[in-house]
Amino acid sequence: MLKSLDELKEIAVKYNNSSNILKKRVIVCAGTGCVANGSLKIYNQLVKKIKEAGIDCIVELKMEESNESKILVSESGCQGFCQMGPLVTIEPDGIHYVKVKVEDVQEIVNHTLVLGKPIDRLLYVDPLTGEHCVHTQDIRFYNRQSRKVLGLCGHINPSDIHEYIAKNGYQAVFKALTEMTDKDICEEITYAGLRGRGGGGFPTGRKWELTRIQKSEKKYVICNGDEGDPGAFMDRSVMEGNPHSVIEGMIIAAKAIGADEGYIYVRTEYPFAVRRLKIAVKQAEELGLLGENIMGTGFNFKLHVMEGAGAFVCGEETALMSSIEGKRGMPKPKPPFPAQSGLFGKPTVINNVETLASVPQIILYGAKEFRSCGTENSPGTKTFALTGHVANTGLIEVPFGSTIREIVYNIGGGVTLSDGTISSNGLKAVQIGGPSGGCLTTEHMDMPLDFDSLSGIGAMVGSGGLVVMNKDTCMVKMAHFFMQFTQNESCGKCIPCREGTKQMLALLEDIIEGRATGETLDILEELAKAVQKGSLCGLGKTAPNPVLSMMTQFREEYEAHVIQKKCPAKQCKALLSPQIIPEKCKGCGLCVKVCPVNAISGVRKEAHYINEELCIKCGACLETCRLNAIVGV
Amino acid sequence: MEIKFNDGELAKVENLKQKYPQQQAALMGVLWLAQNKFGWISKDIMKYVSELLDVPLSTVEGVVSFYTMYHKKQPGKYHVQVCTNVSCMLRGGQEIYDHISKKLNLNNNETSSDGQFSLEEVECMGACGGAPMIAINEDFYENLTVEKVDEILDSLK
Ligand SMILES: Cc1cc2nc3c(=O)[nH]c(=O)nc-3n(C[C@H](O)[C@H](O)[C@H](O)COP(=O)(O)O)c2cc1C
Ligand code: SF4
Ligand code: SF4
Ligand code: FES
Ligand code: FES
Repeated sequence: MLKSLDELKEIAVKYNNSSNILKKRVIVCAGTGCVANGSLKIYNQLVKKIKEAGIDCIVELKMEESNESKILVSESGCQGFCQMGPLVTIEPDGIHYVKVKVEDVQEIVNHTLVLGKPIDRLLYVDPLTGEHCVHTQDIRFYNRQSRKVLGLCGHINPSDIHEYIAKNGYQAVFKALTEMTDKDICEEITYAGLRGRGGGGFPTGRKWELTRIQKSEKKYVICNGDEGDPGAFMDRSVMEGNPHSVIEGMIIAAKAIGADEGYIYVRTEYPFAVRRLKIAVKQAEELGLLGENIMGTGFNFKLHVMEGAGAFVCGEETALMSSIEGKRGMPKPKPPFPAQSGLFGKPTVINNVETLASVPQIILYGAKEFRSCGTENSPGTKTFALTGHVANTGLIEVPFGSTIREIVYNIGGGVTLSDGTISSNGLKAVQIGGPSGGCLTTEHMDMPLDFDSLSGIGAMVGSGGLVVMNKDTCMVKMAHFFMQFTQNESCGKCIPCREGTKQMLALLEDIIEGRATGETLDILEELAKAVQKGSLCGLGKTAPNPVLSMMTQFREEYEAHVIQKKCPAKQCKALLSPQIIPEKCKGCGLCVKVCPVNAISGVRKEAHYINEELCIKCGACLETCRLNAIVGV
Repeated sequence: MEIKFNDGELAKVENLKQKYPQQQAALMGVLWLAQNKFGWISKDIMKYVSELLDVPLSTVEGVVSFYTMYHKKQPGKYHVQVCTNVSCMLRGGQEIYDHISKKLNLNNNETSSDGQFSLEEVECMGACGGAPMIAINEDFYENLTVEKVDEILDSLK
C-alpha cells in the first residue's frame, strides 16, 4: 500500500532503472486490430525463438533484478496504425515493423535482436515517396501527430501498473488529493478550457463545479465508455492502451465533486478494454490507489467496471444511467441534469473516456501547458478515428485547429479510389461526427477544425470519427445510410424521432429509387427541422444533421437524382440506364434472355443494343454479361 | 439443461447485488452471467433471474428485449457477426455479408440446422481501422477479403 508521494516516486525510479538497462525491449501491439491479425501468435513465437537463441527472455519486468543481458517482450495497446498490423517495435533502436507474420519472427531474432540490423521487407513503405521507414518517427502517419492523450498508448504494457507509474502516473492524483481543494481542481480544469470529448463539447470544469456545489451525502462519477458512433474507436484504444489514465482522471473528478464511488460503463463489444480495465482497477486497489484512504490521504473512492449490452442510445448520459440502474436504456428529459439528480437520484458527473484521460496531464503539468496547443476556444488535442477511403486508416491525435488537408493527405496518406489506387485529389467529402455530424467538402480543406468552426457549418466534432469518401460515393446513399442507422437505434420513446426518422428514410428511399417529385426535397427539409426540434434526446435532435448537411453541400447531386433521375456517382441502381459498349460486346445473347421486358435486341455474334424506351433499369443485364460490355450511365 | 446457477455463480450474483444500492441494478450483470452459462436467455431463464433478484418478470423481459446483445434464441457454436456500418461498408462490408450469407445459407439472425453457425449483421464494433471486419464469438478478424473469409470459415467447419 502506497502511503506517500515518495513511495510512488520510488517505484518510478526503480522501474526506470531496471528497464533502462535492458538489452532490448520488443513491443508487440495487442490492440484489437493487431490481435485480429494474429499478433498474439507472434508474441508467443518471439518468446520461444528468443529463448532458443540462448538469450534471457522475460515477459514481465521485475524491479529487483539485474536486467543487463535480458530482452523484454511485452504487449501494448493499440498503436494507432491498425491497418498495417500486426505491429512490432524494438527499443531502444526505435525500429518499427509492420504486417509482421509468424514466419518473420526467426529473422527478427537473428537479424534485428542479435545483430541490431533492420529488415527491409518489414518496414513501412511510404506510398507516395517510396521511402522505407526504419523508425516510427520516419513515418508520416506518426510524425505529423501530437500524441498526448495517446502518448503512452502503444508504448506501455497496459496490464502493468508499474509502467504507468514509471511515466509519472498517479502523481496528479497525489497532487489533487494533497495540494488542491475541490474548488481549485474545478478552477484549474476550467482555466485549461477542457471541453467534453464525447460529442457535446461542454466545458468540463463548469460541469464539475455545478456538481461540486450540490449538497448531498452521496455523489457519483461515471466514465462513458459506450462508444457506439459508427466509425469511431478512440475511446476503445485509450481504455485498451492506457486504462490507468482513465482511472486517474476519475479519481481526480471524484475529489473535485466530492464523490466516493464511480462506474466505468464499457460496451461489451470491447472485450479487451473490459479485461484491461478490470486488471487495472485491481492493481490500483492493491497499491492503495483506489478504495479506502487513498495513499494515506483519507480520501475514499470505489470504482466499478460495468458492461453494456449493445444499444447505441445508451451512450446518451441519462439513458446510460438508467442502464446502470438495470433498466431499459431510455433517455429522460433534462432538467433535472445529472449534476442535480443523476445515478440513483444522486448528483453525478458523467464524462467521456478521452475527457477523463486528459485530466491527469492538466493537473500535473498545469492548465497553461494544456492550452499551449489547440485553438483559443478549443484548447488541447483531439483524437480522431480516420477510416473509409483513405490510405492510412487508424487512430490519430492532432491539435484542435488542424485541417482536413493535413489529416487526410499528410497523415492519412491520400484518398483511395475505387480501383485501389491512391490519389492526391480524389476526395469528395469527409463525414465528421458520425450519424449526428455533417460533411466537409473540398471547400473546407483548409478550415481549422474545432468545436466552433464546425458547428458554424452545420457539422460537429462529435466523438471524433472521420469517414473519408472518394469521388465514387453517392451522397444521397450516404444520407440514407446514416438515417437507416439512427432510425434503427431510435429507442422509440418520443414520436418525432421514432416516426420522423422513418418518414425521412422513406423519402430518401424515394429519391434513390427514382420516385421522388419536385416536392420531395422540400418535405424532407421541413421534416428534418421538425425532428431536430421535437425530439427528446440528442439522438433524435441530431439525426437529421447528415441529411441536411449533405443536401446543402451537394445540392446539385440531390437535384440530379430528383429531376434528371440520374445518380452522378453511378451508385443508385434504379437510376442507371444501362448501355452496351459495342467494342466489347461479342453478341452472345445472354442479356437478351435475362431482360424481363425484352428491351435488348441484336444479331447473334454482333454487337447488341438496348432500347431505352423499354428498359426499366433493373440491372439484370449488367450482372449477366461476362465481358463487362454493359455499363450503367 | 437445468436452469440453475452453481454455488460459485450464486456468490457472483450476491456480489453484484451488494455492489448497488438497488437490487434491480444487478440485473444486467446477472443476465450476462446467465448468457455466458446457458448460451442465450430463454423465457425460463428470465423467470429464474426474476425470482433470484426479486424483480418482476415483465421488467426482466423488457430489459432483455431492449438490448441487442442478449440472445433471444440459441446462437450457433460459431456466432458470426458481420459489420456493415459505414467504414466497413465503404470498404466492402456489404459484399462480405452477402458472401457469408450465401455461403452459410443463412439470413440475418438465423442459426444453421446443425447448430454450428449463426449469422448476425451488426453495427460498428469499433474496429473500423481494419475494415471490413467480422467477429466470430469474441474473436475479431479484420482487413478481410472474400477469400480470407472463406479461409476463416472453412477452418472452423
Ligand atoms: C445518442 C447519443 C449517444 C451518445 N454516445 C456517447 C458515447 O458513446 N460516448 C460518450 O462519451 N458520449 C456519448 N454521448 C454524449 C453523452 O450524452 C454525454 O454528453 C457525454 O458522455 C458527456 O461527457 P463529456 O462532457 O466528457 O463529453 C451520446 C449522446 C447521445 C445523444
Ligand atoms: S429522441 Fe429518439 S432516441 Fe432520444 S428519447 Fe426520443 S425516441 Fe428515444
Ligand atoms: S451479354 Fe454482353 S456480350 Fe453478350 S450480348 Fe449482351 S452485352 Fe453483348
Ligand atoms: S491494434 Fe495494433 S495498431 Fe491498432
Ligand atoms: S464500421 Fe465496421 S467496425 Fe466500425
